[in-house]
Amino acid sequence: MAKATREAYGEALKKLAAENPNVVVLDADLSGSTKTSEFKKVAPERFFNVGIAEQDLIGTAAGMAIAGKIPFASSFAMFAAGRAYEIIRNTVAYPKLNVKIAATHAGLTVGEDGASHQAIEDISLMRGIPNMTVINPADSIEAEQAVLKAAEMQGPVYIRLGRMNVEDVYDENYKFEIGKGVELKKGNDATIIATGLMVQEALKAAKILSEEGIEARVINIHTIKPIDKDIIIKAAKETNTIVTAEEHSIIGGLGSAVLEVLSDVYPVPVKRVGVLDTFGESGKPTDLLEKYHLTAKDIVEACKEAIKLKQK
Amino acid sequence: MKHENLCVIAKNMRRNILTMVHDAKSGHPGGSLSAVEIVTYLYFKEMNIEDPTDENRDRFVLSKGHGAPVLYSALMEKGFISKDLIGTLRQINSKLQGHPDMKKLPGVEASTGSLGQGLAIANGMALAFKLDNKDNRVFALLGDGEIQEGMIWEAAMLASHYHLDNITAIIDHNGLQIDGRNNDVMTVEPIDKKWDAFGWHVIKADGHDFESLEKAFEERKTIKGKPAVIIADTIKGKGCSFMEDKAAWHGKAPSDEEYCNAMDELGRCE
Repeated sequence: MAKATREAYGEALKKLAAENPNVVVLDADLSGSTKTSEFKKVAPERFFNVGIAEQDLIGTAAGMAIAGKIPFASSFAMFAAGRAYEIIRNTVAYPKLNVKIAATHAGLTVGEDGASHQAIEDISLMRGIPNMTVINPADSIEAEQAVLKAAEMQGPVYIRLGRMNVEDVYDENYKFEIGKGVELKKGNDATIIATGLMVQEALKAAKILSEEGIEARVINIHTIKPIDKDIIIKAAKETNTIVTAEEHSIIGGLGSAVLEVLSDVYPVPVKRVGVLDTFGESGKPTDLLEKYHLTAKDIVEACKEAIKLKQK
Repeated sequence: MKHENLCVIAKNMRRNILTMVHDAKSGHPGGSLSAVEIVTYLYFKEMNIEDPTDENRDRFVLSKGHGAPVLYSALMEKGFISKDLIGTLRQINSKLQGHPDMKKLPGVEASTGSLGQGLAIANGMALAFKLDNKDNRVFALLGDGEIQEGMIWEAAMLASHYHLDNITAIIDHNGLQIDGRNNDVMTVEPIDKKWDAFGWHVIKADGHDFESLEKAFEERKTIKGKPAVIIADTIKGKGCSFMEDKAAWHGKAPSDEEYCNAMDELGRCE
Protein backbone atom coordinates (compact mmCIF):
# COMPACT_ATOMS: atom_id res chain seq x y z
CA MET A 1 0.00 0.00 0.00
CA ALA A 2 1.24 3.47 -0.79
CA LYS A 3 0.97 5.93 2.03
CA ALA A 4 2.89 9.01 3.18
CA THR A 5 4.93 8.76 6.37
CA ARG A 6 3.20 11.91 7.62
CA GLU A 7 -0.12 10.05 7.46
CA ALA A 8 1.37 7.39 9.70
CA TYR A 9 2.52 10.12 12.06
CA GLY A 10 -1.06 11.35 12.41
CA GLU A 11 -2.25 7.82 13.15
CA ALA A 12 0.49 7.23 15.69
CA LEU A 13 -0.41 10.47 17.42
CA LYS A 14 -4.00 9.32 17.71
CA LYS A 15 -2.79 6.16 19.44
CA LEU A 16 -0.56 8.19 21.74
CA ALA A 17 -3.47 10.46 22.59
CA ALA A 18 -5.32 7.46 23.93
CA GLU A 19 -2.36 5.71 25.53
CA ASN A 20 -0.29 8.43 27.11
CA PRO A 21 -1.84 11.42 28.87
CA ASN A 22 1.54 13.15 29.02
CA VAL A 23 1.81 13.49 25.26
CA VAL A 24 1.08 16.99 23.98
CA VAL A 25 1.31 18.20 20.40
CA LEU A 26 2.37 21.58 19.08
CA ASP A 27 2.15 22.85 15.54
CA ALA A 28 2.93 26.07 13.72
CA ASP A 29 -0.09 26.60 11.49
CA LEU A 30 0.46 23.51 9.36
CA SER A 31 -1.57 20.96 11.30
CA GLY A 32 -3.57 19.85 8.29
CA SER A 33 -0.41 19.11 6.33
CA THR A 34 1.73 17.70 9.14
CA LYS A 35 -1.26 15.59 10.27
CA THR A 36 -1.08 16.76 13.86
CA SER A 37 -4.71 17.69 13.19
CA GLU A 38 -5.43 13.99 13.82
CA PHE A 39 -4.29 14.44 17.41
CA LYS A 40 -6.29 17.63 17.75
CA LYS A 41 -9.45 15.75 16.73
CA VAL A 42 -9.16 13.33 19.63
CA ALA A 43 -7.32 15.40 22.26
CA PRO A 44 -7.98 19.09 21.54
CA GLU A 45 -7.06 20.14 25.07
CA ARG A 46 -3.54 18.79 24.56
CA PHE A 47 -3.02 20.38 21.16
CA PHE A 48 -1.38 23.81 20.89
CA ASN A 49 -1.11 25.87 17.76
CA VAL A 50 1.63 28.47 18.18
CA GLY A 51 0.95 30.23 14.91
CA ILE A 52 3.56 30.83 12.25
CA ALA A 53 6.40 30.91 14.75
CA GLU A 54 8.76 27.95 14.55
CA GLN A 55 11.29 29.25 17.04
CA ASP A 56 8.49 29.65 19.56
CA LEU A 57 7.20 26.19 18.61
CA ILE A 58 10.41 24.59 19.80
CA GLY A 59 10.97 26.89 22.76
CA THR A 60 7.45 26.28 24.09
CA ALA A 61 7.85 22.54 23.59
CA ALA A 62 11.06 22.73 25.62
CA GLY A 63 9.26 24.36 28.53
CA MET A 64 6.51 21.76 28.41
CA ALA A 65 9.12 19.00 28.49
CA ILE A 66 10.76 20.57 31.54
CA ALA A 67 7.35 20.53 33.22
CA GLY A 68 7.02 16.79 32.55
CA LYS A 69 5.13 16.60 29.27
CA ILE A 70 6.17 14.66 26.16
CA PRO A 71 5.78 17.26 23.44
CA PHE A 72 5.66 16.42 19.74
CA ALA A 73 6.42 19.60 17.81
CA SER A 74 5.71 19.68 14.10
CA SER A 75 6.26 21.85 11.10
CA PHE A 76 7.82 21.32 7.70
CA ALA A 77 11.42 20.10 7.94
CA MET A 78 12.65 23.33 6.36
CA PHE A 79 11.26 25.41 9.19
CA ALA A 80 11.50 22.95 12.08
CA ALA A 81 15.13 22.04 11.50
CA GLY A 82 16.10 25.14 9.58
CA ARG A 83 14.36 28.14 11.10
CA ALA A 84 14.44 26.75 14.63
CA TYR A 85 17.88 25.14 14.47
CA GLU A 86 19.50 27.15 17.20
CA ILE A 87 16.55 26.73 19.56
CA ILE A 88 16.75 22.97 19.04
CA ARG A 89 20.49 23.03 19.64
CA ASN A 90 20.59 25.22 22.75
CA THR A 91 17.23 24.87 24.41
CA VAL A 92 16.27 21.26 23.58
CA ALA A 93 19.38 19.18 22.91
CA TYR A 94 21.88 20.82 25.27
CA PRO A 95 19.75 20.05 28.35
CA LYS A 96 18.61 16.78 26.71
CA LEU A 97 14.94 17.64 26.97
CA ASN A 98 12.28 15.14 26.05
CA VAL A 99 11.09 16.98 22.94
CA LYS A 100 10.15 15.08 19.77
CA ILE A 101 10.48 17.08 16.60
CA ALA A 102 8.41 15.44 13.87
CA ALA A 103 9.27 17.30 10.69
CA THR A 104 7.20 16.62 7.62
CA HIS A 105 7.63 17.58 3.96
CA ALA A 106 11.34 16.79 4.06
CA GLY A 107 13.44 16.50 0.91
CA LEU A 108 12.76 17.29 -2.73
CA THR A 109 9.47 15.39 -2.80
CA VAL A 110 7.71 18.39 -1.28
CA GLY A 111 7.40 18.94 -5.01
CA GLU A 112 5.66 21.94 -6.46
CA ASP A 113 6.43 24.33 -3.58
CA GLY A 114 10.01 24.38 -4.78
CA ALA A 115 13.44 24.96 -3.30
CA SER A 116 12.39 27.28 -0.48
CA HIS A 117 10.40 24.41 1.05
CA GLN A 118 12.69 21.49 0.19
CA ALA A 119 14.85 20.67 3.19
CA ILE A 120 17.85 18.73 1.95
CA GLU A 121 20.16 19.74 4.81
CA ASP A 122 18.06 18.80 7.83
CA ILE A 123 19.69 15.45 8.56
CA SER A 124 23.06 17.15 8.47
CA LEU A 125 21.90 19.89 10.83
CA MET A 126 20.24 17.54 13.28
CA ARG A 127 22.85 14.82 13.45
CA GLY A 128 25.53 17.40 14.16
CA ILE A 129 23.90 18.20 17.49
CA PRO A 130 25.02 16.21 20.55
CA ASN A 131 22.27 14.26 22.38
CA MET A 132 20.06 14.18 19.30
CA THR A 133 18.50 11.02 17.86
CA VAL A 134 17.70 11.26 14.15
CA ILE A 135 15.20 8.90 12.51
CA ASN A 136 14.23 8.82 8.83
CA PRO A 137 11.59 6.13 8.28
CA ALA A 138 11.32 4.27 4.99
CA ASP A 139 7.57 3.75 4.89
CA SER A 140 4.39 4.37 6.82
CA ILE A 141 4.71 1.17 8.85
CA GLU A 142 8.17 2.12 10.03
CA ALA A 143 7.10 5.73 10.58
CA GLU A 144 4.24 4.79 12.88
CA GLN A 145 6.45 2.57 15.00
CA ALA A 146 9.21 5.17 15.06
CA VAL A 147 6.82 7.75 16.46
CA LEU A 148 5.59 5.38 19.14
CA LYS A 149 9.15 4.38 20.08
CA ALA A 150 10.26 8.00 20.15
CA ALA A 151 7.53 8.69 22.69
CA GLU A 152 8.85 5.86 24.86
CA MET A 153 12.48 6.94 24.87
CA GLN A 154 13.83 9.75 27.01
CA GLY A 155 15.51 12.63 25.20
CA PRO A 156 15.29 14.67 22.01
CA VAL A 157 14.38 12.97 18.74
CA TYR A 158 14.15 14.33 15.21
CA ILE A 159 11.82 12.29 13.01
CA ARG A 160 11.99 13.05 9.31
CA LEU A 161 8.73 12.53 7.44
CA GLY A 162 7.63 12.97 3.87
CA ARG A 163 4.73 14.45 1.99
CA MET A 164 4.59 11.95 -0.83
CA ASN A 165 3.03 8.52 -0.73
CA VAL A 166 5.62 5.76 -0.52
CA GLU A 167 5.21 2.05 -1.19
CA ASP A 168 5.38 -0.27 1.81
CA VAL A 169 8.78 -1.77 2.42
CA TYR A 170 7.59 -3.67 5.47
CA ASP A 171 4.57 -5.68 6.49
CA GLU A 172 2.68 -5.57 9.76
CA ASN A 173 5.06 -8.06 11.40
CA TYR A 174 7.94 -5.61 11.24
CA LYS A 175 9.49 -4.65 14.58
CA PHE A 176 11.25 -1.30 14.53
CA GLU A 177 14.11 -0.71 16.90
CA ILE A 178 15.79 2.71 17.29
CA GLY A 179 19.44 2.55 16.26
CA LYS A 180 19.26 -0.85 14.62
CA GLY A 181 19.78 -1.06 10.86
CA VAL A 182 17.80 -3.62 8.89
CA GLU A 183 19.19 -5.95 6.23
CA LEU A 184 16.43 -6.19 3.64
CA LYS A 185 18.21 -8.27 1.03
CA LYS A 186 21.24 -10.52 1.12
CA GLY A 187 24.15 -10.12 -1.28
CA ASN A 188 27.93 -9.95 -1.28
CA ASP A 189 28.89 -8.07 -4.46
CA ALA A 190 28.11 -4.63 -3.02
CA THR A 191 25.98 -3.07 -0.30
CA ILE A 192 23.35 -0.40 -0.80
CA ILE A 193 22.71 1.51 2.39
CA ALA A 194 19.59 3.61 2.05
CA THR A 195 17.32 5.72 4.21
CA GLY A 196 13.81 7.14 3.93
CA LEU A 197 12.03 6.82 0.63
CA MET A 198 15.28 5.79 -1.08
CA VAL A 199 14.95 2.40 0.59
CA GLN A 200 12.31 1.33 -1.91
CA GLU A 201 14.51 2.62 -4.74
CA ALA A 202 17.40 0.60 -3.30
CA LEU A 203 15.28 -2.55 -3.36
CA LYS A 204 14.28 -1.88 -6.96
CA ALA A 205 17.95 -1.28 -7.84
CA ALA A 206 19.00 -4.55 -6.20
CA LYS A 207 16.40 -6.38 -8.27
CA ILE A 208 17.69 -4.85 -11.50
CA LEU A 209 21.28 -5.70 -10.51
CA SER A 210 20.27 -9.23 -9.61
CA GLU A 211 18.86 -9.71 -13.10
CA GLU A 212 22.30 -8.76 -14.38
CA GLY A 213 24.00 -11.22 -12.06
CA ILE A 214 25.09 -8.75 -9.41
CA GLU A 215 23.88 -9.53 -5.89
CA ALA A 216 23.73 -6.35 -3.84
CA ARG A 217 22.97 -6.37 -0.16
CA VAL A 218 20.35 -3.79 0.88
CA ILE A 219 20.37 -2.18 4.31
CA ASN A 220 17.86 0.30 5.67
CA ILE A 221 19.43 2.78 8.05
CA HIS A 222 16.34 4.41 9.53
CA THR A 223 18.23 5.77 12.52
CA ILE A 224 20.95 8.02 11.22
CA LYS A 225 22.00 8.88 14.73
CA PRO A 226 23.01 6.91 16.70
CA ILE A 227 24.00 4.97 13.61
CA ASP A 228 24.28 1.17 13.56
CA LYS A 229 28.04 0.89 13.09
CA ASP A 230 28.09 -2.90 13.31
CA ILE A 231 25.84 -3.53 10.35
CA ILE A 232 27.81 -1.02 8.24
CA ILE A 233 31.24 -2.40 9.14
CA LYS A 234 30.06 -5.95 8.58
CA ALA A 235 28.77 -4.98 5.14
CA ALA A 236 32.06 -3.27 4.31
CA LYS A 237 34.03 -6.35 5.31
CA GLU A 238 31.80 -8.78 3.46
CA THR A 239 31.06 -6.81 0.28
CA ASN A 240 34.05 -4.44 0.13
CA THR A 241 32.13 -1.61 -1.50
CA ILE A 242 29.18 0.53 -0.55
CA VAL A 243 26.60 2.79 -2.13
CA THR A 244 24.56 5.15 0.03
CA ALA A 245 21.20 6.55 -1.06
CA GLU A 246 19.24 9.37 0.49
CA GLU A 247 16.82 12.11 -0.44
CA HIS A 248 19.14 14.68 1.10
CA SER A 249 22.28 16.56 0.20
CA ILE A 250 25.31 14.34 -0.22
CA ILE A 251 26.94 16.68 2.27
CA GLY A 252 26.33 15.78 5.89
CA GLY A 253 23.60 13.17 5.61
CA LEU A 254 23.55 9.37 5.58
CA GLY A 255 26.40 9.16 3.06
CA SER A 256 28.63 11.27 5.27
CA ALA A 257 27.63 9.32 8.36
CA VAL A 258 28.53 6.02 6.66
CA LEU A 259 31.86 7.46 5.50
CA GLU A 260 32.65 8.56 9.03
CA VAL A 261 32.03 5.08 10.37
CA LEU A 262 34.08 3.40 7.67
CA SER A 263 37.03 5.77 7.58
CA ASP A 264 37.51 5.23 11.30
CA VAL A 265 37.36 1.45 11.15
CA TYR A 266 37.36 -0.21 7.74
CA PRO A 267 37.68 2.08 4.70
CA VAL A 268 36.21 0.75 1.47
CA PRO A 269 35.08 2.61 -1.68
CA VAL A 270 31.77 4.42 -1.15
CA LYS A 271 29.58 6.03 -3.80
CA ARG A 272 26.96 8.44 -2.56
CA VAL A 273 23.59 8.89 -4.22
CA GLY A 274 21.94 12.09 -3.01
CA VAL A 275 21.31 15.69 -3.98
CA LEU A 276 24.57 16.97 -5.44
CA ASP A 277 25.13 20.15 -3.42
CA THR A 278 22.45 22.08 -5.25
CA PHE A 279 19.01 23.50 -4.48
CA GLY A 280 15.88 21.84 -5.78
CA GLU A 281 13.05 23.42 -7.75
CA SER A 282 9.33 23.13 -8.40
CA GLY A 283 7.98 20.06 -10.08
CA LYS A 284 6.18 16.77 -9.58
CA PRO A 285 7.95 14.70 -6.92
CA THR A 286 8.67 11.87 -9.33
CA ASP A 287 10.05 14.29 -11.93
CA LEU A 288 12.28 15.80 -9.29
CA LEU A 289 13.59 12.44 -8.14
CA GLU A 290 14.48 11.67 -11.72
CA LYS A 291 16.06 15.03 -12.51
CA TYR A 292 18.14 15.03 -9.34
CA HIS A 293 19.32 11.44 -9.82
CA LEU A 294 17.48 9.84 -6.95
CA THR A 295 16.06 6.75 -8.66
CA ALA A 296 16.74 3.03 -8.73
CA LYS A 297 18.53 3.56 -12.03
CA ASP A 298 20.96 6.00 -10.39
CA ILE A 299 21.62 3.53 -7.60
CA VAL A 300 22.28 0.78 -10.15
CA GLU A 301 24.87 2.94 -11.91
CA ALA A 302 26.48 3.91 -8.62
CA CYS A 303 26.69 0.23 -7.67
CA LYS A 304 28.45 -0.67 -10.88
CA GLU A 305 30.94 2.14 -10.37
CA ALA A 306 31.45 1.11 -6.78
CA ILE A 307 32.20 -2.44 -7.81
CA LYS A 308 34.73 -1.16 -10.37
CA LEU A 309 36.38 0.89 -7.62
CA LYS A 310 36.86 -2.11 -5.37
CA GLN A 311 38.35 -4.11 -8.22
CA LYS A 312 41.03 -1.48 -8.85
CA MET B 1 13.33 49.51 57.94
CA LYS B 2 10.86 47.51 55.89
CA HIS B 3 12.50 44.76 53.82
CA GLU B 4 15.71 45.11 55.86
CA ASN B 5 16.37 41.40 55.52
CA LEU B 6 16.06 41.66 51.75
CA CYS B 7 18.57 44.52 51.75
CA VAL B 8 21.05 42.35 53.63
CA ILE B 9 20.56 39.49 51.17
CA ALA B 10 20.90 41.85 48.21
CA LYS B 11 24.20 43.11 49.58
CA ASN B 12 25.47 39.55 49.99
CA MET B 13 24.32 38.80 46.46
CA ARG B 14 26.35 41.73 45.12
CA ARG B 15 29.42 40.57 47.03
CA ASN B 16 29.00 37.04 45.65
CA ILE B 17 28.59 38.33 42.11
CA LEU B 18 31.66 40.54 42.23
CA THR B 19 33.74 37.80 43.81
CA MET B 20 32.63 35.22 41.25
CA VAL B 21 33.32 37.44 38.26
CA HIS B 22 36.58 38.76 39.69
CA ASP B 23 37.87 35.26 40.46
CA ALA B 24 36.76 33.98 37.06
CA LYS B 25 38.46 36.97 35.38
CA SER B 26 35.47 37.00 33.03
CA GLY B 27 31.70 37.17 33.11
CA HIS B 28 28.90 39.69 33.14
CA PRO B 29 28.81 41.91 36.23
CA GLY B 30 26.73 44.81 34.85
CA GLY B 31 23.53 42.93 34.09
CA SER B 32 23.92 40.71 37.13
CA LEU B 33 24.14 43.66 39.51
CA SER B 34 21.19 45.43 37.87
CA ALA B 35 18.96 42.43 38.58
CA VAL B 36 19.94 41.86 42.21
CA GLU B 37 16.85 43.33 43.87
CA ILE B 38 14.50 41.69 41.35
CA VAL B 39 16.00 38.24 41.87
CA THR B 40 16.27 38.75 45.63
CA TYR B 41 12.62 39.72 45.83
CA LEU B 42 11.58 36.74 43.73
CA TYR B 43 13.54 34.12 45.65
CA PHE B 44 13.03 35.52 49.16
CA LYS B 45 9.58 37.06 49.00
CA GLU B 46 7.51 36.28 45.96
CA MET B 47 8.14 32.74 44.81
CA ASN B 48 7.03 29.60 46.54
CA ILE B 49 10.39 27.88 46.54
CA GLU B 50 11.90 26.36 49.61
CA ASP B 51 13.10 23.19 47.93
CA PRO B 52 14.44 23.21 44.36
CA THR B 53 13.00 19.73 43.76
CA ASP B 54 9.51 20.32 45.15
CA GLU B 55 7.00 19.73 42.35
CA ASN B 56 4.83 22.57 43.56
CA ARG B 57 7.55 25.19 43.48
CA ASP B 58 7.28 28.32 41.38
CA ARG B 59 9.78 28.46 38.52
CA PHE B 60 12.29 31.12 37.62
CA VAL B 61 13.71 31.27 34.10
CA LEU B 62 16.72 33.51 33.58
CA SER B 63 16.10 34.35 29.95
CA LYS B 64 19.02 36.79 30.05
CA GLY B 65 21.32 33.87 30.76
CA HIS B 66 24.48 35.96 30.89
CA GLY B 67 23.18 37.16 34.24
CA ALA B 68 24.13 33.71 35.56
CA PRO B 69 26.07 35.13 38.55
CA VAL B 70 22.94 36.73 40.00
CA LEU B 71 21.08 33.42 39.73
CA TYR B 72 23.95 31.40 41.22
CA SER B 73 24.18 33.93 43.97
CA ALA B 74 20.47 33.56 44.77
CA LEU B 75 20.80 29.77 44.82
CA MET B 76 23.71 30.15 47.26
CA GLU B 77 21.83 32.53 49.54
CA LYS B 78 18.87 30.13 49.43
CA GLY B 79 21.19 27.32 50.49
CA PHE B 80 20.36 25.27 47.36
CA ILE B 81 24.02 25.18 46.34
CA SER B 82 27.23 25.61 48.31
CA LYS B 83 29.01 28.93 48.56
CA ASP B 84 32.21 26.96 48.08
CA LEU B 85 31.38 27.02 44.38
CA ILE B 86 32.02 30.77 44.16
CA GLY B 87 35.60 30.40 42.96
CA THR B 88 34.63 27.88 40.29
CA LEU B 89 32.54 30.13 38.02
CA ARG B 90 33.53 29.60 34.39
CA GLN B 91 36.34 27.23 35.33
CA ILE B 92 36.86 23.77 33.89
CA ASN B 93 34.64 21.03 35.41
CA SER B 94 32.48 23.59 37.23
CA LYS B 95 28.76 23.40 37.87
CA LEU B 96 28.73 27.15 37.46
CA GLN B 97 28.87 27.37 33.69
CA GLY B 98 29.31 30.74 32.00
CA HIS B 99 25.61 30.54 31.17
CA PRO B 100 23.19 28.44 33.27
CA ASP B 101 23.11 24.69 32.65
CA MET B 102 20.10 22.97 34.20
CA LYS B 103 21.74 19.57 33.93
CA LYS B 104 24.79 20.58 35.90
CA LEU B 105 23.30 22.69 38.66
CA PRO B 106 20.27 21.95 40.85
CA GLY B 107 17.96 24.94 41.07
CA VAL B 108 18.55 26.07 37.50
CA GLU B 109 15.17 25.56 35.85
CA ALA B 110 16.22 26.02 32.21
CA SER B 111 19.44 26.13 30.26
CA THR B 112 19.72 29.62 28.80
CA GLY B 113 22.35 31.90 27.37
CA SER B 114 21.29 32.34 23.79
CA LEU B 115 19.05 35.38 24.12
CA GLY B 116 15.37 35.48 23.34
CA GLN B 117 14.46 31.91 24.26
CA GLY B 118 13.54 32.03 27.95
CA LEU B 119 10.07 33.45 27.58
CA ALA B 120 9.01 30.61 25.28
CA ILE B 121 10.43 28.08 27.73
CA ALA B 122 8.56 29.78 30.56
CA ASN B 123 5.37 29.75 28.48
CA GLY B 124 5.76 26.02 27.90
CA MET B 125 6.02 25.44 31.63
CA ALA B 126 3.02 27.68 32.27
CA LEU B 127 0.93 25.85 29.64
CA ALA B 128 1.85 22.50 31.17
CA PHE B 129 0.89 23.67 34.66
CA LYS B 130 -2.46 24.94 33.37
CA LEU B 131 -3.06 21.65 31.61
CA ASP B 132 -2.49 19.81 34.88
CA ASN B 133 -4.56 22.31 36.90
CA LYS B 134 -1.53 23.16 38.99
CA ASP B 135 -0.98 26.46 40.75
CA ASN B 136 2.74 26.80 40.02
CA ARG B 137 3.65 30.24 38.74
CA VAL B 138 6.44 30.99 36.31
CA PHE B 139 8.66 34.05 36.32
CA ALA B 140 10.96 34.96 33.45
CA LEU B 141 13.63 37.64 33.71
CA LEU B 142 14.37 39.35 30.40
CA GLY B 143 16.95 41.93 29.45
CA ASP B 144 15.72 45.10 27.80
CA GLY B 145 18.22 44.60 24.98
CA GLU B 146 17.10 40.99 24.77
CA ILE B 147 13.62 41.99 23.65
CA GLN B 148 15.17 42.94 20.32
CA GLU B 149 15.07 39.21 19.59
CA GLY B 150 12.06 38.39 17.42
CA MET B 151 11.36 35.18 19.28
CA ILE B 152 10.43 37.21 22.38
CA TRP B 153 7.48 38.61 20.48
CA GLU B 154 6.41 35.20 19.20
CA ALA B 155 6.32 34.14 22.83
CA ALA B 156 4.60 37.35 23.89
CA MET B 157 1.80 36.58 21.42
CA LEU B 158 1.47 33.02 22.66
CA ALA B 159 1.18 33.92 26.36
CA SER B 160 -1.59 36.34 25.63
CA HIS B 161 -3.36 34.03 23.16
CA TYR B 162 -3.48 31.26 25.76
CA HIS B 163 -4.40 33.65 28.59
CA LEU B 164 -1.43 32.61 30.69
CA ASP B 165 -2.06 34.41 33.95
CA ASN B 166 0.43 32.12 35.66
CA ILE B 167 3.33 33.77 33.89
CA THR B 168 5.08 37.00 34.77
CA ALA B 169 7.87 38.51 32.73
CA ILE B 170 10.18 40.97 34.42
CA ILE B 171 12.25 43.24 32.21
CA ASP B 172 15.55 44.35 33.70
CA HIS B 173 15.33 47.80 32.15
CA ASN B 174 18.84 49.17 32.57
CA GLY B 175 18.89 50.81 29.16
CA LEU B 176 22.23 49.38 28.08
CA GLN B 177 23.49 46.55 25.95
CA ILE B 178 26.95 45.53 24.76
CA ASP B 179 27.31 48.13 22.04
CA GLY B 180 25.83 51.01 24.01
CA ARG B 181 22.43 52.52 24.86
CA ASN B 182 19.52 50.33 23.74
CA ASN B 183 17.98 53.13 21.78
CA ASP B 184 21.21 53.94 19.97
CA VAL B 185 21.76 50.31 18.99
CA MET B 186 18.14 49.47 18.18
CA THR B 187 15.18 51.32 19.61
CA VAL B 188 13.22 49.24 22.10
CA GLU B 189 10.97 52.00 23.40
CA PRO B 190 8.13 52.36 23.98
CA ILE B 191 8.47 49.05 25.81
CA ASP B 192 5.25 49.46 27.79
CA LYS B 193 3.11 50.17 24.73
CA LYS B 194 4.59 47.21 22.86
CA TRP B 195 3.70 44.74 25.61
CA ASP B 196 0.32 46.33 26.10
CA ALA B 197 -0.36 45.96 22.38
CA PHE B 198 0.59 42.29 22.65
CA GLY B 199 -2.12 41.79 25.25
CA TRP B 200 -0.06 41.87 28.42
CA HIS B 201 -0.89 43.69 31.62
CA VAL B 202 1.97 46.17 32.06
CA ILE B 203 3.30 47.24 35.45
CA LYS B 204 6.18 49.65 36.00
CA ALA B 205 8.50 49.50 38.96
CA ASP B 206 11.76 50.75 40.40
CA GLY B 207 13.87 47.64 40.07
CA HIS B 208 16.12 48.57 42.98
CA ASP B 209 13.37 49.45 45.44
CA PHE B 210 11.78 46.55 47.32
CA GLU B 211 8.62 48.51 48.16
CA SER B 212 8.13 49.34 44.52
CA LEU B 213 8.76 45.73 43.53
CA GLU B 214 6.35 44.54 46.20
CA LYS B 215 3.66 46.85 44.88
CA ALA B 216 4.27 45.56 41.36
CA PHE B 217 4.13 41.87 42.28
CA GLU B 218 1.04 42.43 44.44
CA GLU B 219 -0.68 44.21 41.54
CA ARG B 220 0.24 41.28 39.32
CA LYS B 221 -1.69 38.93 41.60
CA THR B 222 -4.89 40.85 40.98
CA ILE B 223 -4.73 40.36 37.21
CA LYS B 224 -6.57 37.30 35.97
CA GLY B 225 -6.80 35.81 32.52
CA LYS B 226 -3.74 37.43 31.00
CA PRO B 227 0.04 37.49 31.28
CA ALA B 228 1.75 40.39 33.00
CA VAL B 229 5.06 42.11 32.55
CA ILE B 230 6.87 44.18 35.15
CA ILE B 231 9.13 46.73 33.53
CA ALA B 232 11.67 47.32 36.26
CA ASP B 233 13.84 50.38 35.85
CA THR B 234 17.35 49.50 36.92
CA ILE B 235 20.92 50.73 36.70
CA LYS B 236 23.47 48.49 35.04
CA GLY B 237 26.28 47.73 37.48
CA LYS B 238 24.17 48.98 40.42
CA GLY B 239 25.99 49.12 43.74
CA CYS B 240 29.43 49.47 42.27
CA SER B 241 29.93 53.17 41.54
CA PHE B 242 32.49 52.85 38.78
CA MET B 243 30.37 50.29 36.93
CA GLU B 244 27.04 52.07 37.20
CA ASP B 245 25.33 52.89 33.92
CA LYS B 246 28.35 51.97 31.84
CA ALA B 247 27.94 49.58 28.90
CA ALA B 248 31.64 48.73 29.15
CA TRP B 249 30.86 46.70 32.30
CA HIS B 250 28.45 44.41 30.47
CA GLY B 251 30.95 41.62 30.15
CA LYS B 252 34.20 42.50 31.88
CA ALA B 253 35.74 41.40 35.16
CA PRO B 254 37.09 43.95 37.67
CA SER B 255 40.84 44.07 38.28
CA ASP B 256 42.15 43.24 41.76
CA GLU B 257 42.16 46.92 42.70
CA GLU B 258 38.72 47.57 41.27
CA TYR B 259 37.41 44.52 43.08
CA CYS B 260 38.80 45.71 46.44
CA ASN B 261 37.29 49.14 45.92
CA ALA B 262 33.94 47.64 44.98
CA MET B 263 33.89 45.35 48.01
CA ASP B 264 34.86 48.26 50.27
CA GLU B 265 32.04 50.28 48.81
CA LEU B 266 29.54 47.51 49.42
CA GLY B 267 30.86 47.13 52.96
CA ARG B 268 30.21 50.77 53.58
CA CYS B 269 26.61 50.53 52.41
CA GLU B 270 23.80 51.06 54.91
